[in-house]
Amino acid sequence: MSASQPASPPPPAVAPPDPIAVALRGDGWRVRTGPFAYRLRSNVPAVLDGLRRLYGNYPAAGADDFIDFDVEVRRSGGWRRFLRAQARFRFEGSQSFEPLPVAHGFAMLEWAMNWCISSHVNHHLLIHSAVVERGGRAVILPAPPGSGKSTLCAALVHRGWRLLSDEIAVVPLQAEGLLPVVRPVSLKNQSIDIIAAFEPTARFSRPAHGTSKGTVAHMMAPPAHVARMDEPAPAAWIVFPRWRPGAEVSLRPRGRAETLVDLARNSFNAGTLGLAGFDRLARLVDGCACHDFEYSRLDDAIACFDRLAGEAP
Amino acid sequence: MSSGLSGDLLTPLWRASALPPLTLPQWALLISQARQARLLARLATTLQDRGELPAVPEAPRRYLEGALATAERQRNQVRWEIDRLRVALADIDGPIVLLKGGAYVAAALPPARGRLFGDIDFMVPQAQLPAVEGSLLAGGWTHQSLDPYDDRYYRRWMHELPPFKHVWRHTWLDVHHTITPPTSRHAVEAAPLFAAAVPVPGLPRFAVLAPCDMVLHSAAHVMLDGELPHGLRDLLDLDDLLRHFGARDPGFWPALAERAAALKLDPLLMLALRQLEHITGTVAPPSVASSFVPLARPRPWARSLLARVLRPMHPSCDDPSTRCARRLWYIRSHYLRMRPLQLAGHLGRKAATRLLTRVGLRRET
Repeated sequence: MSASQPASPPPPAVAPPDPIAVALRGDGWRVRTGPFAYRLRSNVPAVLDGLRRLYGNYPAAGADDFIDFDVEVRRSGGWRRFLRAQARFRFEGSQSFEPLPVAHGFAMLEWAMNWCISSHVNHHLLIHSAVVERGGRAVILPAPPGSGKSTLCAALVHRGWRLLSDEIAVVPLQAEGLLPVVRPVSLKNQSIDIIAAFEPTARFSRPAHGTSKGTVAHMMAPPAHVARMDEPAPAAWIVFPRWRPGAEVSLRPRGRAETLVDLARNSFNAGTLGLAGFDRLARLVDGCACHDFEYSRLDDAIACFDRLAGEAP
Repeated sequence: MSSGLSGDLLTPLWRASALPPLTLPQWALLISQARQARLLARLATTLQDRGELPAVPEAPRRYLEGALATAERQRNQVRWEIDRLRVALADIDGPIVLLKGGAYVAAALPPARGRLFGDIDFMVPQAQLPAVEGSLLAGGWTHQSLDPYDDRYYRRWMHELPPFKHVWRHTWLDVHHTITPPTSRHAVEAAPLFAAAVPVPGLPRFAVLAPCDMVLHSAAHVMLDGELPHGLRDLLDLDDLLRHFGARDPGFWPALAERAAALKLDPLLMLALRQLEHITGTVAPPSVASSFVPLARPRPWARSLLARVLRPMHPSCDDPSTRCARRLWYIRSHYLRMRPLQLAGHLGRKAATRLLTRVGLRRET
């Protein structure tokens, strides 16, 4: 190249190879979420997109670490892919769910990651509930779908409460503190817009429309909360939330016996754990103040939870 | 489970006297293989018995301990289910013989420990099937919606009714009238089995097969089952039974040889014993070894096929030869179970159904 020629323009920037994309299509992307490590493999674009948006801050599990769950979400092959492309979830090589449209791939991955825990972990007591913490004390929010549990949880974690989990309370049988499984918060239908309006900085996965639960999007767990995934928190409250249109906020005490029965009903494995599970549930309930909670406006709900956190233990 | 980690870590364990040193990724692979083979609890009890469980690194150990809790829970559920059967079948005359897992739990036999259960199996005389089916339907069990072909397949050609599922407890139940399909070349007449069955202490309404018959049923089940997802587990059950009965009764092995010949199940037993020799090292005692030799010897191809089929159903153990072996085994087991024309019709029908499902003309069931 002679000096008289004008300097050639720099070559177009080639995006550096995305490590998640490379690993996901290859030997697997190993990610740790609190006590559980996953190896994820996928060739579904929605999965890669969701992981890029929401999992950028997660610690990788090393090649020498124990991997709890080996998960694959794959585009199904055959000529059907041209008509109606589907994503299939495989766990350790066997298919466990019905296939879903490829556009639902990331939602499927999130459900699959929860399923891995709820179906295979029997060394901790597991309760279907959200868990958030403030001032070193955690509140367990067990509730059936439709009760507004995830919406409340998503709002709380943007107002000073730390996210432990949106789906599963992990209660160690011996130790006191609940273990965080910090993962994105699953939001459905109008909850997505409500939280987007409530907290403009919240980040979401691309919504999956027309799933069995309607439109689903996952909200990113705040990076500061992800960074604290190894910090357990003892439970201080058990609050059964219920969203009712127009309801004034109300927090009413709840009987311990009733709470124990309802928690057992919301537990994935209290039955399997037998006496050890029952004892742990009883100890958990004994250590907590129990409430029924009703709300319609998130701001009122937050104020009520903040008052709760301010009370002396 | 890191790159390049593959191979069957599970099968060699039952023969070894101690665990080899394993890295954490190897532990993860072993747990995963054991989980898919439904042998996680069994692995845990084996390590417990050898005193090795406390030395297992914490992460994998927790899954092993969790599996022990699951197995314990399932044993309780099986006991409860047997009790519910006692109530549901109160009006049925004649013997009710528990088979497989249910029998191991009821009679407190070694395979019950560390075993995970899919369903409960029992056997009644064929003449009693309509009455039993009626009582079960009245007691809350139903048949899952089967297509009419599958329903006929069970009733005409198999040694069992279509499976039952309880409407509340969601537990599965299989009702047999003998231990092998009547159309197979290893068909077994049920009367001698009922005649030899032994009552279960504490469960007056139930019996279990006599030791030799129980062993033969276990062996026949492995060898005639086409899918074999739990083949290794079933072989380990067989191993437990052989060791248990062999140690308690010096007459057990000679009686087994005799009974196998009488029921014409000796080729299946031999094939199973050959495989066990490789997997656990269990062999017939020298004093009776001769009574097993003259029996029909398994062909080498059947043995090597079976060794592949018995690998854990796990991607890390899969290679083209394993996949091919599973196909061949599927065909072989059907060949052993049915007459040629019937087999051709059945496989053709299955293939057509699969094709129709694939192209969307038929719903997946």
